[in-house]
Amino acid sequence: MIARRALAIAGGVVLLALLAWAVNAGLERLAGVEPAAAPRAAEPAAPPPGVPRITATLFYGSADGQALVPVRREVALAEGVVPQGREILAVQLQGAPEPHVPVIPPGTSLRAFYVTDRGDAFVDLSSEISAQHPGGSSTELLTVYAVVNAVLANLPTVRRVQILVEGREADTLAGHVDIRRPLERDMSLVRESP
Amino acid sequence: MGAVRGTASFASISLVLLLMALLHAQGTAPAAPLTLVSRDGRRPLATTIVNGQELVALEDLAALFLFDVREDTLAGGLTVVYRGQSIVMSPGQPMALVRGRVVPLPAAPVRSGARWLVPLDFISRALAPIHDTRIELRRESRLLLVGDIRVPRVTARIDAPGPPTRATIEVAPAAPVTITTEAGRLIARIDADGLDLSGPIEGAGLIEGIRAGEQPRTVAVLLTARAGAAMAVAGETGGVTRITVEVTAPAADAAAPAPPREPAPPPPAPATRPPLQTIVLDPGHGGDDAGVRGARGTAEKDVTLAVARRVRTLIETRLGVRVILTRGDDRAVGLDERAAIANNSKADLFLSLHANAAPSADLAGAEVFHLRLDREGEDARRAAESEAVALPVLGGATRTIDVMRWDLAQVRHVDASAALAAVLDEQLRAQVPMGSQALRQAPLRVLTSVNMPAALVEMGYLTNEDQERQLGSEAFQSSLAQGIYNAVLRFRLYLEEHRVS
Ligand SMILES: [Zn+2]
Repeated sequence: MIARRALAIAGGVVLLALLAWAVNAGLERLAGVEPAAAPRAAEPAAPPPGVPRITATLFYGSADGQALVPVRREVALAEGVVPQGREILAVQLQGAPEPHVPVIPPGTSLRAFYVTDRGDAFVDLSSEISAQHPGGSSTELLTVYAVVNAVLANLPTVRRVQILVEGREADTLAGHVDIRRPLERDMSLVRESP
Repeated sequence: MGAVRGTASFASISLVLLLMALLHAQGTAPAAPLTLVSRDGRRPLATTIVNGQELVALEDLAALFLFDVREDTLAGGLTVVYRGQSIVMSPGQPMALVRGRVVPLPAAPVRSGARWLVPLDFISRALAPIHDTRIELRRESRLLLVGDIRVPRVTARIDAPGPPTRATIEVAPAAPVTITTEAGRLIARIDADGLDLSGPIEGAGLIEGIRAGEQPRTVAVLLTARAGAAMAVAGETGGVTRITVEVTAPAADAAAPAPPREPAPPPPAPATRPPLQTIVLDPGHGGDDAGVRGARGTAEKDVTLAVARRVRTLIETRLGVRVILTRGDDRAVGLDERAAIANNSKADLFLSLHANAAPSADLAGAEVFHLRLDREGEDARRAAESEAVALPVLGGATRTIDVMRWDLAQVRHVDASAALAAVLDEQLRAQVPMGSQALRQAPLRVLTSVNMPAALVEMGYLTNEDQERQLGSEAFQSSLAQGIYNAVLRFRLYLEEHRVS
């Protein structure tokens, strides 16, 4: 009797967990596939006063151009992982605050952002990210991982990030770094000092 | 005669000849002295052989190492006291009590007149552990090293009589080496307090012999009259400095300044397949894709092609190894196509050449990359290890076939590629400025599909004014080519050492 009852309780717990997962995954998917709005021009660096905001960790080039430096910046608060990701990326794609140097070509805009139920995020960027890229393995690594790290540092439910260019999978941005698959966070490029 | 030569050698610090004389003497006559080497210089330390054991006088050691010897005549004990620490021995007992712990000795202390004699191992097993000063006994070379002095062991061997004749000199622990050439010889000057040299090496091929140089702390590689050019490359791996020497026969085309258009004739067929037969050089970018552009207009695609051509000339004329370029002129070649050229030619090494860019104009220096696998790549690597399929073939043997996704071919070579990147870093460092973190791992697209050891060199920053000028200059390009050539030479040794038999 006791054993049977224990089994029933255990089964209930598993069922509950499964249900919770299914609901979560479903919601994420629903929220995820919806593409971002058309690129907005010249967004302000900080949200206007009165708008609720969060502090996000963004990544910019160190003054010597050698590493990525994490910078805490204010970003408008948004409801849900995907809208919040869009807000974060919109700020990340803008110019770098002093004394940091930009590692993302100017003019690059976010076309879409979505997250699959496996935790892979897709960041769809406009063609400038590739066409205007200065090249070189070192800069290309900084560009790719500024985007990847900005998503992964602020959205804990995302595991990996894949960069798309004009809605398509790309080999590389400028001939070096392999972006055919989702990438994990790379903190080896990150340094604390500016 | 041996004794006379031994004395002369002793005076000149190089111990080779003395050691030879000593080896002769050992076992028959009373032992010749050890040589104590310290910051103050060198001095002999007499030993005697009793019943086949080499013993040293305790009072000699007491004077050198500043300890007291107390003899307890009643109990028959012998106590060594050094700064409040003690070693207790008793006659007839082949052991010592060191800080209360029993340490075995090969023989018991014996009295000889008014002196006590203890086995040589007393120095290393009992005295060294309690003494403030580092004491190292090297029995084979009969050296007693005292204090913070660097006396690396130096061994030499002939690897191949050739031509080209190849030899290796190893310095352990590693020490900086300067190599100079003189008429008929190549001199390696080793930055150390002294050298612990093994005996002179008989030559072979174009090398007459390898022995201690006339100057202290030098090793001389003597060349025969038939020798053409001699070159040596020093590199450090695993705490050992390895000097690779290559002596070639005189060749008209090797001396000519103009790069020959025709590839060198293939080397005579050796008994076993040499580990390095084909090298693929990949000049980055090309055609519409100029790569990085410097402020003065220098294009990455031109620099990469120019250096690749120089490396090809060096390798083909000096090593007789086949070199294939993924592009021989200014044209666009896809990344997959570059990998396919390398894979189809069954090359043993793939090297992609690039010039770098940074978001700041300050950054300068060359960097060397090898592939970093992501989780999927690591999974593929593990799968490759476990899924290697053994297929039966005619005759009852089996043949191992690797199951591998072709677009992840590089995962089978990650260790060799790391070694390749390390020697590139090491050899380029001797030729050109390097970045502050020059040896790097990254998910680089062109390396992933290459089914052989592979690396990518970013030769310098075109975004830096000085470096743009350098990268466009013939002198700098030739230094880069020399560094890459030297690395190829070192990597060939790595392949020989790690050859699958
Ligand atoms: Zn490049």
